[in-house]
This record gives sequence, structure tokens and C-alpha cells, in this order.
Amino acid sequence: MLNNKDLLGIKELSVEEINLILDTAAGFKDVLGRDIKKVPALRGKTTVNLFFEPSTRTRTSFELAAKRLSTDVINFSVPTSSVVKGEGLIDTGLTVQALGADFIIIRHASSGVPHLLAKNLSASVINAGDGTNEHPTQALLDAFTIQEKKGKIAGLEIAIVGDIMHSRVAKSNIYCLTALGANVRLIGPPTLIPENLKAMGVSLFHNMEDGLKGVDVLIMLRIQLERQGKGFFPSTDEYSKNWGLTLERLSLAKEDVIVMHPGPMNRGIEIVSEIADGPRSVILEQVTNGIAVRMSVMYLLSGVKR
Amino acid sequence: MSKELMNKKDLDRALTRMSHEIIEKNKGTSRLCLIGIQRGGVYLAQRLAAKIQEIEKKEIPLGSLDIALYRDDLNIRKQQPVVRRTEIPFEVNDLKIVLVDDVLFTGRSIRSAMDALMDIGRPASIQLAVLIDRGHRELPIKADYVGKNIPTSLRETVEVQMEEEGVEDRVTLRKSESVEGKGAE
Repeated sequence: MLNNKDLLGIKELSVEEINLILDTAAGFKDVLGRDIKKVPALRGKTTVNLFFEPSTRTRTSFELAAKRLSTDVINFSVPTSSVVKGEGLIDTGLTVQALGADFIIIRHASSGVPHLLAKNLSASVINAGDGTNEHPTQALLDAFTIQEKKGKIAGLEIAIVGDIMHSRVAKSNIYCLTALGANVRLIGPPTLIPENLKAMGVSLFHNMEDGLKGVDVLIMLRIQLERQGKGFFPSTDEYSKNWGLTLERLSLAKEDVIVMHPGPMNRGIEIVSEIADGPRSVILEQVTNGIAVRMSVMYLLSGVKR
Repeated sequence: MSKELMNKKDLDRALTRMSHEIIEKNKGTSRLCLIGIQRGGVYLAQRLAAKIQEIEKKEIPLGSLDIALYRDDLNIRKQQPVVRRTEIPFEVNDLKIVLVDDVLFTGRSIRSAMDALMDIGRPASIQLAVLIDRGHRELPIKADYVGKNIPTSLRETVEVQMEEEGVEDRVTLRKSESVEGKGAE
């Protein structure tokens, strides 16, 4: 049983709630393996995708999850909507709700926007990424994938590599994986991994080779090219030289290490193609699992009394 | 307070008889498979399959089916039912499926199960085996194989316990506080 009508962040979830979402997702993965990948569970409900930031993968994944639960889906395209005419955020939310939305999936460049909407609406608000705060469904699908591949999460050595400071994926992952009992380490340059992250119960490595030793799971983050030249790292070439995942570096991790990436990848910068397409990569499975996990979240939220 | 309807021996005898009936009606085990409905039907299907194999010396396909996502009361329940695994590791197309459940009551679970099966494939036929038929049907559904018919009132609950869950095999009838029905199956 989930306690809130919304999924705003992993921070707001209990360990029991996280496990319930992951267990339920296994049932939905069965559905995705069939010829008819659709169930009638949420027939008659309506889902609105409200994306204020460009996104293809996450939006498509939510759209498919919603459709496979038999809800009707509307993609609210921000550049052509009243938002450009200056409509306020809560007004947009109320309008979408008045159109009959039961689920509002929102992505926004500012942290906390989903929380604001959730407070003002009776529909279920699902955070699909807010600023540098959280991206909860990505963390849940990562946890689901790890559990599926490793059979457990507690006690695993899990490394997250790259721009942690600006990454909502990293933040949600840290909350989720530490709550489930993993030992999480962050690897990257000190400009992108501030010391205060230690308070989240993780260890920090500013040297790739040291950090990779004995790792069970490796989560590579996308380096945001627009940050180049802003003082965080000198150039993508230098970033790649110090923090890029190569076959040689990967050999420092455990033999059965799995490599993950939330996408989209910068091939040849944070990860070489031989690894991205290689036997240790579970990157495409993450995509499939994303649909199952999002179906699980929507199904469980629909049962919360309001 | 509760009353014992079947003990371990009764349950075993009923399953043995049902196994023979299944074989007889289907003239052997050709293209036959058993699918248990989560959760109560899964263990029963396993036991029936074992008995049929013992009698016919042939292995028959066995699966489990979760019906949570096909229920007709998702909008009115107090909380969403737990989603369990559906594991059917074979093609159901053109097979004769025997659906197995523990208690047949309103018939709504069976309706959901049939819808779920039709989304998985197109079986040649679907038959129904239940350990207990307690009456009170709300849909035109009837079992092909019944362990025991038990007339009940809506104020009673039928409980099937099985060794696989760590308790002794036993079927009991219990007076319940509230009236059953409408999605309580």
C-alpha cells in the first residue's frame, strides 16, 4: 500500500513502499513479454504528460506504460500551449485536471514544481524529473534492474560516475540504493562531487581507478555537454581521459559487474561503444524495465484513497 | 468459531478423484495443461499435475495465472490487489486448459481469469476445476470438476489451508463478521 497519491521523490518513500513498487513491477514485466502487452486494469482513466523540458525516452516510456494499463493518454506539448501565453503553473495544472486527468506526469527545469502541483491538485502527480532534485522512476527502474540481475541489492558495491552535483538521477539513485542497503560510492572530479554529499551516506572517490575496484554495479551518468567551459571540467576530451569508462578501467571492477546508463549516452566520452554494446551492459534492459516500473507506480497510486 | 469441512485425507482423496475425472473427460493427457489461479489455485494445480503424471506416466505443462489486473472491482475496492507473477512457460494456443482454483463463489474471478488467458493466446478449450464450490454465483459460470459442494451462507467464509504454505492441509467453514460477496471472492 502506498501512503501518498503522488510520487514526488524517493526521499518521500519508505523502504516498504520502494519494495512494494519493485515487487509489483515484476508482475508487469510478465505482461510486457506477451503478444498482447496490455491489461485492462486502469480502463477509463486519463493520463496527461506535462513536459516543460525536452524528453523523448522518459515521455515515451510513461506514455507506453499508461497505454498498456489501458488509460487514455494526452501529451500536453508546452511550446504550443497557453504556457507560452503566460498561463501560471497551477492554472495549467487545474486546467489539465478539469479536462479529466487522473495522472499528471510532469517534468520541469525547476526543483519542487511537482510538489507544488501535487499540493494543489487531487489528481496523482508523478515526478518525471524536476530540476536538480529527483527523478524517482529512473531510480526505481535502476533498482529493479539491479535486483533482477544480482538477485539482491543489500550489501552490493555500487558506483555512480560523473556529474553528481547536477544530476537528479544520481540523487534519486543515492536515496533509493542506500535505503535498500547498498554501499554507494560516487566517482568524479571534485568540482562535480561536493564534499557535503557525504552526508547522504556515501563514499567519494576523486580517482576513477581507485573507485572502480571491487564494484558490482556501475552507473555511468551522461556528461552534460552544455556544462563544458563553465569551470566544472576543462573539456570533454579531458573529462573522457580521466573519467571515461574504458575496457581497461572496467577490468578493475568485479568480473560479473553490470554497467548501467540512464541515457542518452555520449559514446566515446563517458563510455566507449565496446562496453555500451558489450556483454556487461544492461542499458537496453533498463529501457524495458522502465515501462514495467512506471506501470507499477501508476497502478499502485490509483489505489491510494484521497 | 469454525467447522472442519475436509481434513488432509479428504482433500487428498478429492484430488485423486478429480485427477481421474480430468483424464477420463479428456481421454488422456494429449494437449492438456493445468493453470492455477494465484494464489490458492497454484498449489492445487501442482498437486493435480503430480497425480495425473503418476497415473498416466506423462508430464503435463503447468502454469500460474494472476488475475489482479483483470478484476472487475478495481474501481470500487478499498485497496488495489497485490500483483503476483503469471508464469505460463508454454504456448497456450490450441491447448486444452484446465483452470484450477480453490473456492468457486461468485464466479467473478473465473471471468477475470478467462479474460487474462484470452490475452495470452487462443486455447482450444478452457475447463474449470475447483476444490470447493460454495454457491452464490453472480455470473453464468459452472465448474467441470468439483472436490466438494458446500452450501454456505453469505455470512460464512471458506478457508483452504495447504501444506505448501506451512500449515496442515485443511478446509474450514468460518462465521464472518460481515456479509461476503461483491468482490470478496
